[in-house]
Order: sequence, then structure tokens, then C-alpha cells
Amino acid sequence: MASEAAVLEHKTEQDEHLWDGGKSPLKASYGKLMMWYFLVSDAFTFAGFLIAYGALRFSSETWPVADFVFEKIPFFDHAKAPLVFVTFMTFVLIASSVTMVRAVQEGHRENKNGAVKWLIFTIVGGLIFLSSQAWEWTTLIVKEGVTLHTNPFSRHIDEGTYLSAADLESMGFTKVEKDVHGTTATYFLPAGAADIEENRYFVKTDHFGNSFAGKDFKVGDSYLITINHDTHMYEPGAYKSASGAVLKEEFGPRAFGALFFFITGFHGFHVFSGVAFLTIVAINTASGIYLRRRNGHEMVEKIGLYWHFVDLVWVFVFLVFYLI
Amino acid sequence: MEGHMSYEEQKKLVMYGLKMLGTITIVEVLVALLARGHLIEGVEFTGFMHYVYMALMVGFSLYKAYFIVYNFMHMAQEVKALRWSVLLPTLLLIWAVIAFFQEGNAWKENRERIHELRHSAPAGDATGAIDEAPDTYRLPG
Repeated sequence: MASEAAVLEHKTEQDEHLWDGGKSPLKASYGKLMMWYFLVSDAFTFAGFLIAYGALRFSSETWPVADFVFEKIPFFDHAKAPLVFVTFMTFVLIASSVTMVRAVQEGHRENKNGAVKWLIFTIVGGLIFLSSQAWEWTTLIVKEGVTLHTNPFSRHIDEGTYLSAADLESMGFTKVEKDVHGTTATYFLPAGAADIEENRYFVKTDHFGNSFAGKDFKVGDSYLITINHDTHMYEPGAYKSASGAVLKEEFGPRAFGALFFFITGFHGFHVFSGVAFLTIVAINTASGIYLRRRNGHEMVEKIGLYWHFVDLVWVFVFLVFYLI
Repeated sequence: MEGHMSYEEQKKLVMYGLKMLGTITIVEVLVALLARGHLIEGVEFTGFMHYVYMALMVGFSLYKAYFIVYNFMHMAQEVKALRWSVLLPTLLLIWAVIAFFQEGNAWKENRERIHELRHSAPAGDATGAIDEAPDTYRLPG
């Protein structure tokens, strides 16, 4: 019995014709090698996206600050917890990568039930990550109004003070109250200006209704242009700049939303397909089909390579979007 | 490597990986918060420290990537030719990163220059024509 392992190894190494020429190039099985090369090509796709992100960010005068954009956490609407939620997401992915390694190890030992158990943990990790991402996206899109082409997050390029309604009226602005979708939108127009979007100045109020009137800000301070959830209008806050001019908050770099949603979306799609394939592999493992192949559950190993790659990509997505 | 490791040793390596990757991630986030002035009042990384911070973050990420590829994806056990066939093309990306970031920076500089020239241009007459030396307001090339 001591030689059972040796017998099995002998069988897989010699009796199948490997890649039909009697040899396996690079001493790897065909499936594993092709998975590696698929991952190389996928790495280039991701690199293309991330390099585009870098080039566009370098070309922008200003860029939203990650710890301001990503400071929300579920269940505590008013809490400010910069980067906490995304750190949790990163942990989930690392943990699921670790459970994946365990599944591969148990597969090697031909321990069917062990492999299935760890595969299930991995799937659960993937699902938690996907739900977290769904929450993150929902917050950005629904609450904060980030879309593919509109980015309300930016940083001040000069110092100034937010103005109140009384300030604006004393400076000759006209107050307008307009009925939009059954609610009243209140904004101010410069004297004699037409009522078009470019001319509308708002008293800065955040999503919780806190007024910013009278508050000072410095160069580089982050801001979010409030989107009014009743009127669906963005409300760029009016402020008096250091030079004395009355200005309003400008939208941030346009590309931010598109880059964020495309890159994290493309990664999320990889996680989603990973979960789908892991589920198939887990069911097959449980059925014993890989056990009968006596090749150390190679299919588990291959999906493992893919899953680790998804974690690997997240390392870089995490770096560029949240850390620097 | 794993081929020479006992099952217990393999399990240990996995636990080590979990702790190590987790710790690096926490350190990264703490340093990021420190650098933006969230942790200690009045401390913010600017100028030279900002570059140190960037280098640190990239370094940590590359180490995490290396650890995942070599230990979790078992690249360490593959033959040398396979390792290089994967790593070499990937390393070429370093040039792409440098070139495109440089290019992005050039777009910004061009835009700033155009902006500057527009604002320094003299106002035209009623027809919009500018009298002198229009070439001054064009970018070279």
C-alpha cells in the first residue's frame, strides 16, 4: 500500500500520453499552462485599464481624494470612516484566497470532502465581496450621484467661504423657487441672468440637510456637490473666493466615474464568473468525478489559479483607487 | 517548494500568508490615513514625504503580488521556463506605465499652456481678428 501514491503518479505521468507527444512542455499539464497564459492576457487587459486610469489622472489638475470619496459604511449613515469598508472588502478577498489554497491542498490529498468544504468557504467569500461592492456602487450612484460622465467629487482650487441665502441676495442675486417633480427647488441667479443650469447657484447643504453657509475652506479641501434626491438636481454650492468673486463648486474630473465603474466593474465581473465556476467545480468535486480522475483534483487547482489572480488584480485596484 | 513540504508545513505557510497579507493591508491603510492627516492632527505627508509614501504603497503592493503568485499560485514549483514565460511579458508593462504616465502629464502641460496663451492673447476688434503675430498663440509642432 505504501506505493499507492507512487502508482498513481506513475499512471498520470506515463500512461496518459500527456500532450499526445509523450511529453508535457514546461512540465505542466495542458490545462494549467493554458490557464497561466490566459491569466497573462487578462493581466494585460487589466493593465490597459489601470494605465489609462493613471494617464488620465496625471493629465488632470485635480483628482478626488480616496479617503473622502470612500468614507461611508453600511448601517451608520452619518459615520465617517475613511477606507474602513474597502479594507473589509480586501480582507474578505484575502481570506477567500486562503480558503482556496486550502481547497487545492485537500484536493491534492484526494480528500474530496475537505476540498468541497474549503471551496464552499471560498464561494461565500466571493459572495460577500460582491454584495459589498453592490453596496459601494449603490451609495456612489444613488446617494452621491456619481455616474459614468458626471463626477460631483472634487477638491477646491482656491480658498473661500460658502455663502448663505442672505449673502447672495445682498450681492444682487435673484432667488428662484421652481417646482420640479412636485417639490420646490430653491436657487439663485446672478442679476439679469437666464435661468439655465450654468447660472444656478445654490446654498451649500449636504445630504443630511446641514447648511455650510459661512464655513471656510482651504485649497485642496475635498467637496461633494450635493444631489437633491427630490428634485434630482445637482446643487453646486455658492462661495466667495479669496479674490472676492462669487463662484460655485465645479464638477470634478469627468473620467473618474467611468474609470471607477469600468475597472472595479470589470474586476467584479471576474469575481462573479469566479463564483460561478467555483460553484460548478464544487458540485463536480462533491460528485466524485475529480476523485475518479486520480490527478489530485487538478480542476480545483486550475480554478484556484484563476481565483488567486482575481485577488492579485484587487491588490492593484486597491492601490490605485484607494491608497494613492 | 510545496512538493518538499509536509502537509503540516503547507498549512502553516497558508496561515502565515493570511496573517502577513492581512497585516500589510492594515499597515497600508494606516499609513494612507496618516499621510492624509486623519490620524495625527497636523501631520500630513507633502512634498518629498509624498513620494516616499507613494513608493512605500507600490512596494507593499508588489510584495503582496509576489507572495500570492509564488506561494498561493505555486509559481515557485513551476520550471524556470514557465516562470519566465509568464513574468517577462508582464515586466514589459513597467515601460508602458512610465510612458503613458509621462504622456498623461504632457496632456496636462499642453492644456495649461493653451489656457495661459488664451488668457494672455489681446482682444480682437469687432470682427474678432487679431492684428499681430498669430503664430505666438499656436503650440509648437
